[in-house]
Amino acid sequence: MVKVHLWSGLRRFTDGADVVELEAKTVGEMMKALVEAHPGLDPVIKAGVSVSVDGKLIARGLHEQVSDDSEVFLLRQLKGG
Amino acid sequence: MPLDTKTTGFKYIGTRPDRPDGIDKVTGKARYGADAYAPGMLHGVMVRSPHAHARIKKIDATKALALKGVKAVVTRADFPTGLEGEDWNIQENCMAGEVALYDGHAVAAVAATSLLLAREAAKLIEVEYEVLPHVTDVDEAMKPGAPAIRAGAADYSVPEGLHPNVMRYIEYGHGDLEAGFAAADLVMENTYKTEATHQGYIEPHACLAQLGSDGKGEMWVCTQGHWFIRRMSAAVLGIDVANLRVTPSEIGGGFGGKTTVFIEPVALALSRKAGKPVKMVMTRSEVLRATGPTSSSSIDVKMGMKKDGTMTAAKVTMRMQGGAFPMAPIDSALDCAFSCYNIPAVHHEGYDVLANRPKQAAYRAPGSPMAAFATESLVDEMCRALGLDPLKTRLKNASREGTKASFGPTFPRIGLVETLEAAIAHPHYAAPLGTNQGRGVASGYWMNWGGETSVSAALGEDGSVTVSVGTPDIGGSRASMALMAAEALGIPYENVRVNVVDTGSLGVNEPTHGSRATYATGLATIEAVKQISSKLCQRAADKWGIPAEAVIWEDGCAKPSGPNAGEFPPLTIGELAAEMGSTGGPISGHFEATPSGHGGSFGTHIVDVEVDPETGHTSVLRYTVVQDAGKAIHPAYVEGQFQGGAAQGIGWALNEEYIYGADGRLQNTVFLDYRIPVASDLPMIDTVIVEVPNPGHPYGVRGVGETGITPPLPAVANAVHAAAGVRLRSLPMSPPRILAAIKAKG
Repeated sequence: MVKVHLWSGLRRFTDGADVVELEAKTVGEMMKALVEAHPGLDPVIKAGVSVSVDGKLIARGLHEQVSDDSEVFLLRQLKGG
Repeated sequence: MPLDTKTTGFKYIGTRPDRPDGIDKVTGKARYGADAYAPGMLHGVMVRSPHAHARIKKIDATKALALKGVKAVVTRADFPTGLEGEDWNIQENCMAGEVALYDGHAVAAVAATSLLLAREAAKLIEVEYEVLPHVTDVDEAMKPGAPAIRAGAADYSVPEGLHPNVMRYIEYGHGDLEAGFAAADLVMENTYKTEATHQGYIEPHACLAQLGSDGKGEMWVCTQGHWFIRRMSAAVLGIDVANLRVTPSEIGGGFGGKTTVFIEPVALALSRKAGKPVKMVMTRSEVLRATGPTSSSSIDVKMGMKKDGTMTAAKVTMRMQGGAFPMAPIDSALDCAFSCYNIPAVHHEGYDVLANRPKQAAYRAPGSPMAAFATESLVDEMCRALGLDPLKTRLKNASREGTKASFGPTFPRIGLVETLEAAIAHPHYAAPLGTNQGRGVASGYWMNWGGETSVSAALGEDGSVTVSVGTPDIGGSRASMALMAAEALGIPYENVRVNVVDTGSLGVNEPTHGSRATYATGLATIEAVKQISSKLCQRAADKWGIPAEAVIWEDGCAKPSGPNAGEFPPLTIGELAAEMGSTGGPISGHFEATPSGHGGSFGTHIVDVEVDPETGHTSVLRYTVVQDAGKAIHPAYVEGQFQGGAAQGIGWALNEEYIYGADGRLQNTVFLDYRIPVASDLPMIDTVIVEVPNPGHPYGVRGVGETGITPPLPAVANAVHAAAGVRLRSLPMSPPRILAAIKAKG
C-alpha cells in the first residue's frame, strides 16, 4: 500500500486522516484511488495539485511510478516568477 | 537515478562569452514590444475606473465614436460569457463586467488611427458609476463589516464563519508543537507586515494584435511566455488556440509580472471589431495601477529556541491579499517560511484574501520574500536575545540532504549548509563597522520549477547548429543554451545560434518563470542536440561500414569507439554536415518533457547599512550574496541574477510600497513617487557562487533567478536594527518610519 501524506487542511475530506493508504503503481492510479476513497478530494485535485515522490516534484506526470516504500506527499500547486 | 553525469571537466560551461543579444540591445536594434508596426495599424487605449469599487451603471461611447478616425470601442459586452474559474478571473481583470473592482480596472477600450486621437476618444467615453464601499488592507478585509468583494466565491478549503473575502485557507504541519515550545528556553512571537510592491520592469506591457473576422489572428507581444498569452487570450475571446499565432518580442524585464494577460485580449477584440491591426502600449501609470504587483501580507510568527540555538518549534499564520481576485501566493509563502531549518515541530496556516487592489501577479519567488522577512527577522531577534551568532545558529539548524522539509517531503541534495559556511568564511562577515552602522544576515529558499518544455535543434550545412526554444530570453538564456549545446556537441559557442520562436514552431512551452529556463530548456536543449550527434554517428558508421554502436561522439567529431571498431580518421561535424544532403538528408533533434528534477536553491546574504539618526535614511554600504547555483553555466549571468534579486529586495525593504488614499486610489503611480533603487543608491553587490550539483540536471544546474530576492528583506531589517537599535516589523523601512522608531525609542 502506498502511503500518501496530505496537508492538514484536507483532513475533513478524509475522516481526519493526514496519511491515506492506497493500492497504486503510478501517480495516475494513486490520484484515481484517492478520489474513489475520498470523493471530497475531487475538487481539490481538479483545482490543481502537485505530487512529491521521494523528494521529486511531479507536476503532471501521471505515469510516474510509486511503490509501497515511496515517500509521497500531495502538495499545493506552485508556480514561480 | 541521478542525471548529473557530468559536473566537472567542462570546456564551455562556466566560461563567460559575450551575450548574443548584446550588440543589438546597446545599439537600439533589438525590437521590443512597442517596436512593431503593421500597415493600417490602429492605436488602442484603455478606459479605466477611477474608483476602488464601483458598480458600472452605464457606458456611453457615442461621442467617442463620432470622432473622425475612431474605429472601434469595446466593452465587456464584446467578450463571450460563460467562462469559469481562472479563465473568468482573467477575463474579468482584462475588462470589468458589472463592477469595477479596483482603481485602474479597465472598463472599456477604444481604437483610433493615432495614439493622440485614441486618448482623446477615451476621455469622451462616458461611464456612469455607483461607488461602493472598498477595502485595501488585508487585515481590514478580514474583519466583520468589511465590504464583501465577491461573496460566495470562496473555494472548498475555507471553513465556515470566515469573512467572505477569504478565498482560500491552508493549514498543514508536522510534529508536536506544544512539546516543542515547552522544550524551548526562549519562545518569541511577533507580527510582521509587508506592503505590495511592483515588479518594476523597465519595459511597459505592449503588443500588436491582429484578429480577423474568420477567427484567425497573430500577435507580437512583450511576454515571459507566449503559449500562456495564446491560451489565456483564446480563452478570454472564445477562439481556438491554434488560430492564434503569438511571437514574443525582446523583453525589458518581467520578474513574473509578464506571465499573464492584461491588454492582449483587448487589443485582439479591438482588432476584430475594427478589422485592422491594433497596437497597445501601457503607460507607466497604467502598469502600476492595473498590472500585477505582488501581494501585501500580514504575518504572525512564533518560534521556540534552546539556549544553544537549537530550534524546537515554529508556527506561522499568514494573511495575504492578492487584489480583487483569488490566488495570492500563500502556498509558496508558507512552504518557504521554515524551509531553511530542520525543526521537529512546525505548523502553517494561510489565508488568501480579496481586497480592492489590482490582481496580484507572480513576482520573483512569489511569497517567499514576505515569509523570509517574518521568520528571518524573528530568528535574528532570538539570536540577539540569547547572545548567539546569527549565521552559526542558522548553520546549526540548517536543512540538508535527508532533512524532512517543513512542507513535508525529504530534501534531496541541497546547498544551504555550503552557502552558510561560505558566508561565515567571507571577509565581509568579519569586517569592522563604524558609528551608526550595522550588519544583518538572512537566508532564503526558492523551490524552483521544471514545467512543460519543447526544444528543437537543426544542423546547418556548415556544421553550425540552430536551437529553437520557447522560453523568452530575460536573463541571458540564449547564451546559456548555446553554451550547453556547444558543450554537448563539442563545437564552439559561436557555432550555435539560439532563437526564441513563435507558438507555431514548437509544442507548448511554459513561460520563463519559476527559475526554470536554464534548468528545463537547458535539459531539453542538451537532449535535442544529443539526437543530432547520435544521427551523425550513424552517418559516420555508414561511411565507414561499421555498426553505429562502434562510433562515439567526442570533441565535435565522430570517432571509432576503440581499436576493434577499425582505424578511421575522425569525421568532424562540418565534414559530416556538408555531406548530409547526400547521406540521408536533414539532421535535427527534438526533445519535449516536463522535467521534475529541478533542485531548490538556497542563499545567504550579508549586508552592512548606515542609518542617519537625524533623518532616518538608510545607506547600503556593502552587500554580499552567497547562493547555490548547482552549476553556473554562464557565471556572469548567474552573478547578474544574484545582484538583480538583491537590488529588488533592497528596494522592497527600504522604499517601495503601494500607497492608497482614503478613497482607495493609488497615490504613487509614477517612478518619481514609487521609488525603486537606482545605481547611485547601491554599492557594487558582491557575489559568491556556490555549486552543489542538482542531481536532476545533466550538468547539475539549479535555477538561480528567484532565490536572490528572498533574503534581502530580513537581512536589511536586521542590519537596520543593528545600526539604529530599532526593530522595524513593517515594510518598507522608509526614512520617516525609521526616524519615528528612533524617536519612540528615545
